[in-house]
Amino acid sequence: MFDIAIIGAGVAGSYIARECSRYQFKVALIDGESDVGNQISMANSAIVHAGFDAPSNKLKGKFNAAGCIMYGKVCEDLDVPFNRCGSLVVAHDEFEMLKLHELYKNGLQNGVPGMQILFQKEVHEMEENLADDICGALYAPDAGVVSPFELVVKLAENAVDNGVELFLDTVITDIENKEDYFLLKSNNQEFKAKIVINAAGIYADDVYEMVGDPYFELLARKGQYFIFDKEVGDLVNTVIFPCPSEKGKGILVAPTVHGNLLIGPDANPTEKGDISTTQNELNNIKITAAKNVPVIKENFGKIIRNYAGTRNTPIKAEFTTTDGDFIIEESPVKKFVNVAGYESPGLTSIPAVSFYVLNEIILPICRRENIEIKENPNFNPKNKKHIYFNDLSSEEKQELIKENPKYGKVICRCETITEGEIIDTIHRSAGAKSVKGVKKRCRAGMGRCQGGFCSPRVVEILSRELDIPMDEVSYDKKKKSYILNGKTKVVDSNE
Amino acid sequence: MNKVYDTVVLGGGPAGLAAAVEAKKAGAQDVLILERDRELGGILNQCIHNGFGLHTFNEQLTGPEYAERFIDMVKDLNIPYELDTMVLDLEDKGEVKRIHTINEEDGYNIIDTKSVILTMGCRERTSGAIGIPGYRPAGIFTAGTAQRYINMEGYMAGKKVVILGSGDIGLIMARRMTLEGAEVEAVCEIMPYSNGLTRNIVQCLDDYDIPLKLSHTITFIHGKDRIEGVTIQKVDEKLQPIAGTEEYIPCDTLLLSVGLIPENEISRKAGVEIDKRTNGPVVSELRETSIPGVFAAGNVVQVHDLVDFVSEEAGLAGKGAAKFIQNNLSDNISFTTETDNNLSYVIPQEIALDNVEDAVTFYMRVRNVAENKVINAYFGDKKIATKRGRKFVPAEMINFKIPKSKLEGYEGKLRFVLEDK
Repeated sequence: MFDIAIIGAGVAGSYIARECSRYQFKVALIDGESDVGNQISMANSAIVHAGFDAPSNKLKGKFNAAGCIMYGKVCEDLDVPFNRCGSLVVAHDEFEMLKLHELYKNGLQNGVPGMQILFQKEVHEMEENLADDICGALYAPDAGVVSPFELVVKLAENAVDNGVELFLDTVITDIENKEDYFLLKSNNQEFKAKIVINAAGIYADDVYEMVGDPYFELLARKGQYFIFDKEVGDLVNTVIFPCPSEKGKGILVAPTVHGNLLIGPDANPTEKGDISTTQNELNNIKITAAKNVPVIKENFGKIIRNYAGTRNTPIKAEFTTTDGDFIIEESPVKKFVNVAGYESPGLTSIPAVSFYVLNEIILPICRRENIEIKENPNFNPKNKKHIYFNDLSSEEKQELIKENPKYGKVICRCETITEGEIIDTIHRSAGAKSVKGVKKRCRAGMGRCQGGFCSPRVVEILSRELDIPMDEVSYDKKKKSYILNGKTKVVDSNE
Repeated sequence: MNKVYDTVVLGGGPAGLAAAVEAKKAGAQDVLILERDRELGGILNQCIHNGFGLHTFNEQLTGPEYAERFIDMVKDLNIPYELDTMVLDLEDKGEVKRIHTINEEDGYNIIDTKSVILTMGCRERTSGAIGIPGYRPAGIFTAGTAQRYINMEGYMAGKKVVILGSGDIGLIMARRMTLEGAEVEAVCEIMPYSNGLTRNIVQCLDDYDIPLKLSHTITFIHGKDRIEGVTIQKVDEKLQPIAGTEEYIPCDTLLLSVGLIPENEISRKAGVEIDKRTNGPVVSELRETSIPGVFAAGNVVQVHDLVDFVSEEAGLAGKGAAKFIQNNLSDNISFTTETDNNLSYVIPQEIALDNVEDAVTFYMRVRNVAENKVINAYFGDKKIATKRGRKFVPAEMINFKIPKSKLEGYEGKLRFVLEDK
């Protein structure tokens, strides 16, 4: 019997699991994918928002600025790349300048520190590649960029190191409310749990319907993006937002935490699970992004990848689509907690949301239901240091290779990722089991050749380290996203 | 004090091997080859088909056989090489060039040398770079990656294949996968002409009844986990997909053969001037780059279609490096080169005639198929030479050899122009 079962190992589920591991609860973290953080947490803008645009009367406004402030500490503890590079919302005319003042006021209410309204000269001094007609901006120094998939991986790793049990490739198919506990059925096994936390992302409404009468619905809204080569990663130094509209924060231009350039997203309703990119929308993103940073036009040849992700926008009876708030509460079904409609600024808010879920929802339920609350004396908030070989000094490199020669072998040429780093990511808790898993954790295959050179080597390393045949190594999902299918015609040398 | 090499060659593929051999023969004493893979030979090792060496050895060799000829020469000349060694950085320290390397045995190493030859080769353009819309499932490979899986690792990469791009590696792989029992449904080429050598179209597609769909591209990738199919579409003269021509082809594998890009990360970081047209270093007649003592040859300079010409170019670089360390290399530039808009580039970009023995071979490509045309070389209004050919196609590199005698006595720019016969 688990004390707590968490459905969904994205950023919300994994963070809450890690927070729960501060106590001696028996926790199951369950996901249908073959890796943690593989859906919404995998494909998004990777921005830690300062918190000036979230409405102050909503949960979004309550958690955003606090979450942003908490990011520094958690990324340090978990050894996740995070860069507080600041953000600019740019204005092209007086009307948009007025909008900036509204955002500024809202930001003050939300407790966003250090904001400034900048005028033409200051903005252009700060970012030399902005369009000439930009006449001002709202600067928020605390905004930043993070690696969202590395964050989820490290959260899950830390959770597992602190006692959480992780179940992947496990799709919850039915939930029975047995009053004393919930019985969760899946494609693999059954789970009994006293408390269930539904953090199933875009599928959270479907999961809730397994136990209760629907009271919210999630609308998938797709956003598409481009990633540019690191060669042009310094075209901007801060996150550049257009003035927000009713559709959302708009198409941004941002440096990534690893030094690439990112543009996107748009926002269009779609079906759940649709993460395809489409030609017209991709073209629009290019055009729109170039309105704020025109120099991008000359650099479309430096694009190395496009991708799409979905937001899970809540439609609750009393809300419209666009001002829907997070749904974070013990649901009408007692002991069943929804963390749903968890769209932007969900990634930013999660440190604050997790603290809230644990202290204001889970612990009170435990007290009410006489579930034992005992602190975990062995809780360690820190992960084992991740070695980024390329960032080391030559002396440190020398030392490291002497200690472990595998760090002397570069597998991914574009990002300079060594075999030592890849092996490390495979053998950590919640470690990599697939080529994409390796890519998410240590960037092998993330560079300009997109795995052309290194993927055969990575397959070989996974095969050896996991002790499975080469043709059982998958790109992502076990079996379904196979890479190789059988051996070539074999010539028997003994014939 | 540390040892200072005469010449260090970055890359042990066909260009590196030939450059090292020639440098040693021309008088460089301490030559060293650095190779990041586990054996010498580079991409030739996975090119198990034949057709290599017609120009160099007057016979048809497989890729590994061609490599072996040069590896034997390297061994006969006692040229040392380091395998599994990655060059992290190249620094120009004036008199010496400093190379930072790592490998499992020696760890982090610094190698000083008087001259360097860049022979890092090229890499394939990816699906991300060409931005095909749709999903991003498993089963999409660059042709070279699939070739490695099949020829080096002994595993099949799929059973029902569509190939985008008619570059030579794609054509070779169409035949290779067919021979391994896969069905190749189609080769789509966005241009109205093929980007591969004619002999490869005949021997790899026609002989196996594989359709080559010219003026077609892939406009959507289907399949969330493993690729399940592609939508292909005809394109207009501006290469834009034509609505209504969509066709769905089920497949479990997509191979991309959509171009090669010279790998100049190290060159760029070192400050070598790069020609935007070739994506390779600006080079002289003996393939010296903008940094004195740093030479470059092979696919790092320009993407070749025949390895024989890679070897030939590398020989020039080897000779140049040997002359450089013997203080025998003239830096007295006689003239530079340029082209009209019908030609996409010309190599070399600078010529010091003092370093030329009897002729200079200029390499170039046409942008579009050109029939009944010639390429003329001019100094000002003065036509000094003409290159004739039945037909010029972008897929085939043109080599235009001009005797030294015809180049003497001019300065300024040598201009190559595509003109009517």
